[in-house]
Amino acid sequence: MPSDLIHQYMRIDHLPHIWCPGCGNGVIMRDVAVALDELINDPDTDFDRDNIVIVSGIGCSSRAAGYLDFNSIHTTHGRAIAFATGIKMANPKLHVVVLTGDGDCSAIGGNHLIHAARRNLGLTVICFNNDIYGMTGGQYSPTTPTGDKATTAPYGNLDRPFDIALLAAGAGASFAARGDVYHARETTAVIKQAMLHKGFALVDVYSVCPTYYGRKNKKGDAVEMLKWQRDNLIPLPRFNMMPPEEMAGKKAIGVLAENDFPEYSEEYQKLIDRFAAKGRK
Amino acid sequence: MSKAVLMQGNEAAVEGAIAAGMRVFAGYPITPSTEIAEQSSLRLPQVGGHFIQMEDEISSIAAVLGASAAGVKAMTATSGPGFSLMQENLGYGAMAEIPCVIVDVQRAGPSTGLPTSPAQGDYMQARWGTHGDHPVIALSPSSVLETYTLIIRAFNLSEKYRTPVIFLMDEIVGHMREGVELPRPETLRINRRKPSFHDGANKQCYFVPEGMYVPAMKPFGRGERYNITGLAHDEGGFPTNNTQVAGKLVSRLLAKVEDNADDIIRVEEYAMDDAETAVVCFGGTARAAMEAVLLARAEGRKVGMFRPITVWPFPEKQLKARLPQLKNILMAEHNHGQMLLEVQRTAGGSVPVAFLGKVDGTVITPAEILAKLQEMEV
Amino acid sequence: MSKRYEMRFAGSGGQGVILASVIMAEAAVIAGLRTVQSQAYGPEARGGVSKAETVVSREKIWYTKVTAPDFLLALTQASLNTYTKTLAEGAVVMMDDSLDCPETLDKSRVIAIPILRTAKEKVGKAFTANIVAVGAINAALQLFSDEELMEAVKRHIPAGTEEINRKALDAGRELITAGQAAAFAHHLG
Repeated sequence: MPSDLIHQYMRIDHLPHIWCPGCGNGVIMRDVAVALDELINDPDTDFDRDNIVIVSGIGCSSRAAGYLDFNSIHTTHGRAIAFATGIKMANPKLHVVVLTGDGDCSAIGGNHLIHAARRNLGLTVICFNNDIYGMTGGQYSPTTPTGDKATTAPYGNLDRPFDIALLAAGAGASFAARGDVYHARETTAVIKQAMLHKGFALVDVYSVCPTYYGRKNKKGDAVEMLKWQRDNLIPLPRFNMMPPEEMAGKKAIGVLAENDFPEYSEEYQKLIDRFAAKGRK
Repeated sequence: MSKAVLMQGNEAAVEGAIAAGMRVFAGYPITPSTEIAEQSSLRLPQVGGHFIQMEDEISSIAAVLGASAAGVKAMTATSGPGFSLMQENLGYGAMAEIPCVIVDVQRAGPSTGLPTSPAQGDYMQARWGTHGDHPVIALSPSSVLETYTLIIRAFNLSEKYRTPVIFLMDEIVGHMREGVELPRPETLRINRRKPSFHDGANKQCYFVPEGMYVPAMKPFGRGERYNITGLAHDEGGFPTNNTQVAGKLVSRLLAKVEDNADDIIRVEEYAMDDAETAVVCFGGTARAAMEAVLLARAEGRKVGMFRPITVWPFPEKQLKARLPQLKNILMAEHNHGQMLLEVQRTAGGSVPVAFLGKVDGTVITPAEILAKLQEMEV
Repeated sequence: MSKRYEMRFAGSGGQGVILASVIMAEAAVIAGLRTVQSQAYGPEARGGVSKAETVVSREKIWYTKVTAPDFLLALTQASLNTYTKTLAEGAVVMMDDSLDCPETLDKSRVIAIPILRTAKEKVGKAFTANIVAVGAINAALQLFSDEELMEAVKRHIPAGTEEINRKALDAGRELITAGQAAAFAHHLG
C-alpha cells in the first residue's frame, strides 16, 4: 500500500521504478518529495505544485524526474543544469530542482556544474552519487575511489575521485552540502535548506549501488553498504566534536558552505528595471 | 532624410528575433556570429528579456530549450564549431518538440578553419547533423532586410510546428551592412504560442488529434504538470519501449514537416519564366549569382536564378516544375557540393547539373559564374 | 549596374578603416542611396591587415564585394602595395603621405596627404585618423553634403565625442585643395 506521500507526489501509473533492489536512489527521491511537501505546506514560502520544475539529465538518478508529479523534464546526458539555467532565466519565479548523478553532473556535465556554481543562479541541484555508472552496467565514474573496481577498471581505478560538494564550493557555490541515504532525516532537512537557499545550492547525496559498485568491490549487500554509511558519514555537529584520530576515513554530512552572494536572476532583474524604459519597442 | 538605417546582418537577426518575440538568448561567442550575442545582451534587458552567456555551445542550446519549455521564445547563435556542439540537443528539441531558433553564421571549415571567412559548408550538417531520423526546417537569408523578415518567419514556423528551426546564415550576410527600412511592427505577422490547458494536470500532453500533426504546447509553471523527455515517449510524455508507439511518434515528427512542405517552403525565382539555364544558389551566394544572371540576360542569354529560401526541406517540387524547360543547371555554393546533391537528386539525370564551388574562404564572384556559364556553352 | 561606385579602405587593425567604411555607407543611407558595406579582417580584434569595402549606387546593389575599386584609401605601406594592384580604370588613390607611392600609379590620380600626422598633431588624438580620412575623402569626392557626413559620423561615435570628431572632420576637409576637389569630384550615375 503506497504511502500518502507517494500518492500525493509521485506518478503512481509510472511506478514501480526501474531501480534495482537495494538501490539508494528511491530513498533520495523520497527525501526530495518530503522536502517539497514540507515547503508546499509551509505558508511562509511560495512553493506550490505548479511553480516547481524538476530537471534531470541521463543515468539512474535522472529517471526520478519522471516519477515525481511536478513539471518535469528529463534532458540529455550532463546538460540538466544547463536546461535548468534556461528555465530559471525564462521564468525566475519557478523553483527549479535538478536531479542528477555523479557521472551526469561531474563528468559529462562538469563544466556546467562549475559555471552554474560560479554564476549563482537560484537552482537546487541534488546529486544522486553512487560512485559508478549504473545505467550502463558499472563503469567507473569521477567519484569512484582510487583502486576500486568497475567494468572499465578491471585492475582497479587509477583515477583520483572528485568530492562533488567541495568541487561546487570551490567553484563558488553559495550553498554546498553533503548527505547520504542512511541519514535520511538529516539529508531531507539539508535538501529543504538548499531549496530555500537564494542562489545556487548543491547537495551531494551519497547513494548506494549494491548491484554494480557493491558487488564489484565486495561491499556486501545494501544493508552492509548502509551500515558503512552509518559508521563513516557523520553529521557535522558530531563530526566536529570527534578527536582527529577518529576522523580518519570518515566524512562529514551537512552544510559545508553557505554564503549570501547576489543571486543571478535578481541581479538581472535590476538590469531590466534600469533599461526596460529606455528600450526601443 | 531617408528613414533607412545602416544595419549589419547579424544585428538584423537580433532585431527581427526581438520583433518575433524572442525574450531569452543564450550563447557563446564565436566568429562570425558574435555580434548576435553582443546585440542581444544590449537589447534584451531593454525589452524585459534575458541574455545569458553560457560556458559553451552545448549549454547554450540546452538553456534555450529550457527557456522555451518554460514558455518564452528563445534563440542561440553560433558558427560551425559551435553548431557541431549543438547537434545532440538539436535532436532533443526535435524529439521533445520544443520550439527555438538556432542561428548558424557559417564560416569556412572544417574544424576551426578560416574563422572570418565565408562558407556554406554546414548545409548538410543542418539536415543530418544530429543522430537519428528527425525533421528539420532551415531557412537562409541573402540580404540584411531579408535576415530581419525571415528570422521572424523562422520563429513562426518553429512555434507552428513545435520544432527547432535552423537559421542558416553565412559570413557574407552576417557581416555585411546595408541600408534597410524595417517594416512597421503592426505589419508583421507573429505566431503566438497557443498553450493548451484543456485537461488540467494532464497525462496526455503529446496527444495529437487525428488529422493533425502538432500537439498543443504547455509551458511549465502554468498549472499543468507534465513530463518532457528525449526518450521515445507516449502521448503522456513518458518513456516507452513500445515499438509501435515509438514508431508512430517518429513518423509523426517527420510527417509534420514533410506533409506541410508547401507551407514551409519558399523560393525566390528571378527571370525563370523563359530560362533555359538556372543558376541555383542560396544565402549570400545569391548576390553574385543575381549579378551574373543580370549580366547574362543583358547579353541575351536565357539564364534565370532559382534560390531556395527554405533550404530544408529542399524545394524539390518547385525545382522539378522547372526541369522541362531547362537545358542546364549551374549550382553555385560556397562548399564542395552539398546542395548540389539535392539538385542532382531532383534533376534525376534529366538535366545536366554543373557545379561552381569554393572552399578557400574567398567569395564567388559574378565573373566566375559567367565564366562557368561560358564553359557550359550557355 | 555599371553605375556602382566601389570604395576600399585599407590599413592595419586598430586604425579604424572599418569604421571609415561604415561611416561612408551610413552617409550613403542618409543621402537616400543604396549601399553595401563589408570587411575582411583577421580573427583577432587588433593588429594585422584590415580591409573594408563600401559600394554605393543609385540602384539596387547585388554583388556585395568590391572587385576593382574606384577609390582606395591606404594607411599602411603593405595595404597600399597590395591593393593598388586591383584598381579600376581611373581610380582615385588616397594615401598617407608618409608612405612611398608605388611607381606604377598614375600620380595625377593620387592624393597623398598627412592623415596620420594631422590626427596626431592638429586634432591631438591619433585615433581620429579615420575621421580625418573620412573628411578628406568626402572633400575630394563630394559624394555627400557636409551635414549628411556629420550625421553619419554622429551615429557611430560615443556620446560626448562630437566636438573632437567634428574637429577631425574639418581638419580632413582642409587637407584637400580646391583644385583637388575639382579634379576628383565624383557624380554617381
